[in-house]
Amino acid sequence: MSDPLLRLSGLTKAYPGVVANSDVSFDIHAGEVHALLGENGAGKSTLVKMIYGLVKPDTGRMTLNSAPFAPSAPSAARLSGVAMVFQHFSLFDALNVAENIALGMENAPKQRDLAAKIKEVSNQYGLPLDPYMRVGDLSAGERQRVEIIRCLLQNPKLLIMDEPTSVLTPQEVEILFKTLRQLKAEGTAILYISHKLEEIRSLCDTATILRLGQKVATCTPADTSAKELAEMMVGETLHVPERATGAFGDVILDVKDLSLRAPTEFGTALKNVTFKVRAREILGIGGVAGNGQDELLGALSGEVSSNNTVSLRGSDISKLGPQQRRALGVLAAPEERLGHAAVPDMSLSENALLSAAVRKDMMRFGFVNWGKAKLYAEHVINEFDVRTPGAGNAARSLSGGNLQKFVIGREVLQYPDVLIVNQPTWGVDASAAAAIRQSLMDLAEKGAALVVISQDLDELMEISDHFAALNEGRLSSIRPVQGLNVEEIGLMMGGVHDSMEGAA
Amino acid sequence: MDLSSINPALLIASLMVSATPILLAALGELVVEKTGVLNLGVEGMMITGAICGFAIGVNTGSPVLGFMFAAMSGALLSLAFGILTQYLLSNQVATGLGLTLVGLGLSSLIGKPYEGIKSPTLQKMELPILSDIPIVGPMLFSHDPMVYFSVALVAATWAVLKYTRAGLILRAVGESHDAAHALGYKVVRIRILAILFGGACAGLAGAYISLVRVPQWTEGMTAGAGWIALAIVVFASWKPWRVLIGAYLFGGVTVLQLNLQAAGAKVPIEVLSMSPYLITIAVLVIISARGNHGAPAALGKIFHASQ
Repeated sequence: MSDPLLRLSGLTKAYPGVVANSDVSFDIHAGEVHALLGENGAGKSTLVKMIYGLVKPDTGRMTLNSAPFAPSAPSAARLSGVAMVFQHFSLFDALNVAENIALGMENAPKQRDLAAKIKEVSNQYGLPLDPYMRVGDLSAGERQRVEIIRCLLQNPKLLIMDEPTSVLTPQEVEILFKTLRQLKAEGTAILYISHKLEEIRSLCDTATILRLGQKVATCTPADTSAKELAEMMVGETLHVPERATGAFGDVILDVKDLSLRAPTEFGTALKNVTFKVRAREILGIGGVAGNGQDELLGALSGEVSSNNTVSLRGSDISKLGPQQRRALGVLAAPEERLGHAAVPDMSLSENALLSAAVRKDMMRFGFVNWGKAKLYAEHVINEFDVRTPGAGNAARSLSGGNLQKFVIGREVLQYPDVLIVNQPTWGVDASAAAAIRQSLMDLAEKGAALVVISQDLDELMEISDHFAALNEGRLSSIRPVQGLNVEEIGLMMGGVHDSMEGAA
Repeated sequence: MDLSSINPALLIASLMVSATPILLAALGELVVEKTGVLNLGVEGMMITGAICGFAIGVNTGSPVLGFMFAAMSGALLSLAFGILTQYLLSNQVATGLGLTLVGLGLSSLIGKPYEGIKSPTLQKMELPILSDIPIVGPMLFSHDPMVYFSVALVAATWAVLKYTRAGLILRAVGESHDAAHALGYKVVRIRILAILFGGACAGLAGAYISLVRVPQWTEGMTAGAGWIALAIVVFASWKPWRVLIGAYLFGGVTVLQLNLQAAGAKVPIEVLSMSPYLITIAVLVIISARGNHGAPAALGKIFHASQ
């Protein structure tokens, strides 16, 4: 094989108390799509930041086209032909597309010339964009286009993509893959970071797997099964969630004609959402972010009251607030971990108290029983394998995956009759995600009714019994998961379920 | 009441003088807030600039040196704010309030020996040809250099923010410091520079009061102008030309109510005295009520480059 485009040899980076990367070496060739796999905390992002010049390695060296490569800043990396599409944090909502793109370029041309160039390149790669749109008004898929176009305008030799598909619909993923294959054919190397193993198997030529900062394997993903890849990442045999499917019980949660106005300018109105969930049933609700997921969770948890729409075992609860619903056994875990599900600056004990005070009897005559709250927090920490020094630590100090385990565990261990969760495994690594899914299934097995809202379709297919999709605040028809294929799901998410029903 | 004693040309000329300190201070604060930093210490930096400029002006006999020193002293004070908030990550609101208190105390300490002295002041700069135009000439083109400087600074700030790459980066830092950092921009350095600019502007604004407008030193002579400047930035939706409108409006009503008092208007003096504040707030509320507030998204948030 020819000389590699980028060679990493012996890269090591240590932070106080943790070695993020230890002696990592591999090659990336021109025209290759190279996957970088690993759990959260395996050192993927540190490695990528070293290539992009955001972090300096302690030891080790890189060569780009056989010349030494040690970017001191992202601008130096960009000038050498390395571009990066971030998972988040790199667009400015209040600025327009052209301004956003100019900020990520060295020697950006004048606005008018740049706008023309954006139009040209975006059409060439099948990602049409209006340069004068405000980025805050774009959808998740369009925002990603902005980032990709920003990179492409600089004719990169190496394009780094960090979890690019986590916010896209299956159709948008197809468009993205087409673009990436076109780039690959033109000789651009792509370093592709993702949790989604099936995507990597279909797109990538080579995969490097990191675990605890070290490279554990390099393989050809097409010849390796997703299970094998996952086990290399985790370093142990992966337990695939399982459940015995029994008969469903009586209807527990009944939602009829739920319509709500959009809570804010950027929110989504709910329109005639109707569904029933029975005991031992898991209803999976898919859909692209921002189609009413948060609003639906709010209406079910009691944050927003409605009129005669939500009933629990036949009695109307739609006027009750969250605490009253909790007392009746309706619990919820919202998507946003910091600030919605948990108070960032409060300890885990305090956060446990906030949701479990009623059901776990932590209040007496208006006084808090801190002993009980701490015991319960510790119970959650043990049962859900939350990695933290203790229940006295602030929620903010936990990593995303660990806090997610705590937030879900806190609700599951209260043994609710109805549990509503939104994005239960967002940003959580494979083994922790499997544990969370297993706990949800076990809870259903014990007779609870579950509503799982998620953008991860694989997850919904794995755990739910029935599937429906939210599109612009409308719920599609509800279909059994058995026998549902990706095209049908994509159409349900796109909001064309009505015509499909007619055809069926 | 004798309204004929109020000369419109003189009124407009004096409103420009009366508005200039607020305009300078608000413009500096606008740039600071555009980078996402809220510095509530404008009043403190103004009064420090006022006494430092006055002291140098009296001792050297040169108001120009006074202004330069005032800008430096304002910048120096703001640097303390910058180091506390940007490097030591202290709370911006509390630090800004502290800065105001420090400035007020420091200025009265330095100012004790200077009470009751008259300072040298800036000469009027008659713009050739333009100042000879009847009525408009004396109204607009017969001022001291700082008045022209402040208007030119509005135009420059507007043009830099809107049309240059430096302005784009500055706005980007104020919108999302995380994204700007990820793209490789030096968030802290950009913010420190903006804070220094804001401090220098506030210092100039203070010196304008003590060297031109009054011109002598009295303790607490800025009398809340720094707070008005802060309010004008918000109500002007962070737009330089609207800051100019807000400052001139405030200056205009201030001058007008003084003239009305002198003319013996049959309105209680208290009402007249509070009218500049009320009218400025009312007008700017109406302007900003039309939506598009444009507050920088990262305003007042603490940035640390971890992760």
